[in-house]
Amino acid sequence: MSSLLNSIDFQYVIGALVKIVVFWLLIMMIVAYTVYAERRVLAVIQNRLGPNRVGWQGLLQPFADLIKFIFKEDIIPLSVNKWLYLIAPVVVLVPAMMVLIVYPFGPENVPMPFGAEISSAINWLGSAIGFDWNIKIDTIDLHVTNFNIGLLYVFALTSLGVYGIVIAGWSSNSKYSLLGGLRSSAQMISYELALSLSVIAVVIQAGTLDLVKIVDQQSGAWFGFIPKWNILGLFPAGLIAFIVYLVSAIAETNRVPFDLPEAETELVAGFHTEYSALKFALFFMAEYVNMMTVSVLATSLFLGGWNGPFVSDFKWLGPVYFLLKVFFFLFLYIWIRGTLPRFRYDQLMNFGWKILLPTAIFNIVLASIIGIIFL
Amino acid sequence: MVPLSWYLALSAVLFTIGVVGVIIQRNVIVLFMCVELMLNAVNLTLVSFSRYLGDITGQLFVFIVMAVAAAEAAVGLAIIISLFRNRETLNVDEADLLKL
Amino acid sequence: MEFTHVLFLAFAALAVVAAFNIILQRNPIYCAIGLIVVLCALAGLFLTLHAQFIAAIQIIVYAGAIMVLFVFVIMLLNVREEESKTDRQKILKVIAVPLFLALLAEVFVVIRLVNNSPPAIASAADNTNPAASLGSVESIATAMFTTYVLPFEATSVLILMAIVGAMLLARKNSKDDFERIEQALTLENDETEQAMQADAEKSKEEVAA
Repeated sequence: MSSLLNSIDFQYVIGALVKIVVFWLLIMMIVAYTVYAERRVLAVIQNRLGPNRVGWQGLLQPFADLIKFIFKEDIIPLSVNKWLYLIAPVVVLVPAMMVLIVYPFGPENVPMPFGAEISSAINWLGSAIGFDWNIKIDTIDLHVTNFNIGLLYVFALTSLGVYGIVIAGWSSNSKYSLLGGLRSSAQMISYELALSLSVIAVVIQAGTLDLVKIVDQQSGAWFGFIPKWNILGLFPAGLIAFIVYLVSAIAETNRVPFDLPEAETELVAGFHTEYSALKFALFFMAEYVNMMTVSVLATSLFLGGWNGPFVSDFKWLGPVYFLLKVFFFLFLYIWIRGTLPRFRYDQLMNFGWKILLPTAIFNIVLASIIGIIFL
Repeated sequence: MVPLSWYLALSAVLFTIGVVGVIIQRNVIVLFMCVELMLNAVNLTLVSFSRYLGDITGQLFVFIVMAVAAAEAAVGLAIIISLFRNRETLNVDEADLLKL
Repeated sequence: MEFTHVLFLAFAALAVVAAFNIILQRNPIYCAIGLIVVLCALAGLFLTLHAQFIAAIQIIVYAGAIMVLFVFVIMLLNVREEESKTDRQKILKVIAVPLFLALLAEVFVVIRLVNNSPPAIASAADNTNPAASLGSVESIATAMFTTYVLPFEATSVLILMAIVGAMLLARKNSKDDFERIEQALTLENDETEQAMQADAEKSKEEVAA
């Protein structure tokens, strides 16, 4: 057993655990305030006021909502398949959360403020409980980890999320839930193809599947002023890929105008009709974490991630640029929701299979040809 | 380093469970899933040999097995759906139209 | 005892328990969940073998696409519990247990006979240069598009055939053809049965006479 303990790299493990907790809290705050922002922005678009009572301009509204979710009665309907009914929200949320370990928030080797003091404090703590940790935090990488199948890891986990929705729809034993679950699984299978094919134009440019390296490769500029982002690379293949990615990402996260699985005017609430209180909150959270994930992917694949002016001089600007770009995508989601009507189901399927997928395949050919000529 | 025989033993156990499943289950969809389980047991063998012999070929075999499994699932499930439309059952013993 | 041993044992136990779940459950949706767990556990085992690309593809293709299709069909047909068992199945169950043990014993004997497990090639896991290690995306792509390009192309043709076949089979109006065949068959059956009954009655009458 002692050999097992000795084989653990404490610097890496403790660093990863601390980063996971910090990033998780950050993501949760962003999710909470995205919900708030969504309600306020929709209110502005629809000429209403929106929630503005709890705290200044309603800024404490997410916490009020959370308390409400916790204290509501947790109903388990009589005729549901209990075990599956209980496990479904967890199956949706856990893969959505697991993606956050590859989010590239910022560059590697960022100088850590008060690094020497913090590391000596941790080493002192370690020696107090009998470990010789010898941890040094002079610089940190602003991501939990990166490995050379990072992009595939993200796709693998997002493709697992569909099970929670399907199981929720089936186990609820209600026709609205079942229809929502069926629609959702069909839709997610269809649009996942276009989503993963659109990314290939980026992979051709980057030559790697490691998210950090993909972002690194986008630093610099063409002719000194055009940012070297993948959306502009292999023109026009990068741009087409970006549009295909954006459309299928919206469909993949079941958002307006592709929110057929939970269309409230026809299916009550779709797959989560029978869920209440905290279990409903888990579904809700998973949806917003998924929105966050596709926004992070769009940012780091197409819009240069943390790259921006003066990042090489002052590296802490990186995460700021990164989050600004992510917020732009989250705003885009809300904007689209406030503007566009919902598709019909046959239109959705036709669009996915007959327009988006052929475009994505054609785009791969185009990107390969341009890549062979210019790269 | 985990010995190669551990992986082979696990793969054998999984394959055998798949065989038994094909024998005792009567639901077409579950039979199909047991076949997938057997394919996966073989995949594990291929990948572990690939690792221990230092040859990439085993992993390519796995890749092709997966493509075949995907094709098989698409056609097989289409057959199951049309079977269910016609016979209103998924029990393989009742799908005996050719026996007369 | 290394960390990989712990990982192997954990994933192996998970896989075996979930595999037993597949063959012992009556409800197809539980069987499907069992298989999904097996697939995820196998992906973990592939990772312990440094086959990163295969592990990712295992989750994306098997768990993320093929099994979703299975679950989708189970939901679409809405089959809850299996219907009454036939006699044949009970015999099969009796056969299955000794067969299971025999197969298992045979395999273990064979593994025992060839148990001179070779040490893994050291260069297979190159930690300093992950792109060069066996099982990375780069090494698989190199092999697939040079030595094994013909099998790869054949696979794509196979998938195209599968698409066409699935569409042909699941088409709605193919039901009419089947119904016609079935009607014809049942008619024939009825006629022969009626004829046989008539014969039997006739012979009875003759006997009585």
